[in-house]
Amino acid sequence: MGDMIVRIMGEGQVRLAESHLTELNKLDDVLLQELEKGDGPGFRRTLEALLAKVRELGEPLPDDSLEPSELILPSQDATLEEVRDLLRDDGLIPG
Amino acid sequence: MDAGPVLWVLSQSWSWKSVRRGRAKPMSGVMKRMGMIFRAKANKALDRAEDPRETLDYSYQKQLELLQKVRRGVADVATSRKRLELQLNQLQGQSTKLEDQGRKALALGREDLAREALSRRAALQQQVTDLETQHATLQGEEEKLTLAAQRLQAKVDAFRTKKETIKATYTAAQAQTRIAESFSGISEEMGDVGLAIQRAEDKTAQLQARAGAIDELLASGALDDQSGMHKDEIQAELDRISGGSDVELELQRMKAELAGGSSQQAIEGGSGQAQSQQQPTDTPRFDKQ
Repeated sequence: MGDMIVRIMGEGQVRLAESHLTELNKLDDVLLQELEKGDGPGFRRTLEALLAKVRELGEPLPDDSLEPSELILPSQDATLEEVRDLLRDDGLIPG
Repeated sequence: MDAGPVLWVLSQSWSWKSVRRGRAKPMSGVMKRMGMIFRAKANKALDRAEDPRETLDYSYQKQLELLQKVRRGVADVATSRKRLELQLNQLQGQSTKLEDQGRKALALGREDLAREALSRRAALQQQVTDLETQHATLQGEEEKLTLAAQRLQAKVDAFRTKKETIKATYTAAQAQTRIAESFSGISEEMGDVGLAIQRAEDKTAQLQARAGAIDELLASGALDDQSGMHKDEIQAELDRISGGSDVELELQRMKAELAGGSSQQAIEGGSGQAQSQQQPTDTPRFDKQ
């Protein structure tokens, strides 16, 4: 099993073993459900749990790395509404 | 006609590791979707160019612009933070002044005035607490943007080196994959940083509107200013009843001495000096038990 790169927006990228993917996916699926239901407190809880897991399992990439990430997580303080906007088809990502 | 990034990415032959390794599943999670949206954006930009090598220089220009923008963002947030600090100082000075006025009024036997001064002070404290929270928010934004600028600078430098190598070494066809690799990484960073700046700008704009309101309040004299030019009505009343001098206070003090010093502390407290920090140790204590 190889590695994969995850970005936490506003924080940077980490590299972690693919073997953790199942574990992360579970939380990620819950996060999307909560987002779609508009469950603010649940969304906050799950996002924090997911971020904590990624930080715990991941090894930070150097700042000058140019590798793209396979998975991207919203920043810690992102609100449910902001993340919903990011995921809209017309996207709000600038640049 | 432009499909959204998600649809776009699904309809394109995107060659990302997760797909090659057969891990691509329906997008059932937030982090998976976000990853795809960012990639789609990068791919789209690459796709537009006839010769992918053109995108290198263009992207590099964009990167430098963004770097400038982040640095300006840091400076803007710092300016707002300093303005808040100035206001906090003013409000705190005003709060101390009202406390002194309250003491003085009480010493002169004007409980009504003292009450007025203290309730104004309470309102002011609310503002102070509010501003302190905003100050912490701005400090957080400033730190985040500073770090974002550092990360972006490192990536831009790395990109420049890579760009020159690619341009010098590879044919257009070979360059395509090399470019895609480095471009996606930096494009992702740019999206991330771009959003961070937007958020910081939004927060700063909100806070600036409120800071403007407080400046107006301070300027209108409603909160009095620290220049001593305005005299608020509490001060005016205090001056009036004490004949503009401390004669009345002196009288009160003497009366108190004659009465046995039992109101000594209250009068000390009203003498207008910064006595709260240097309460004389020989003053009798009146702890209410």
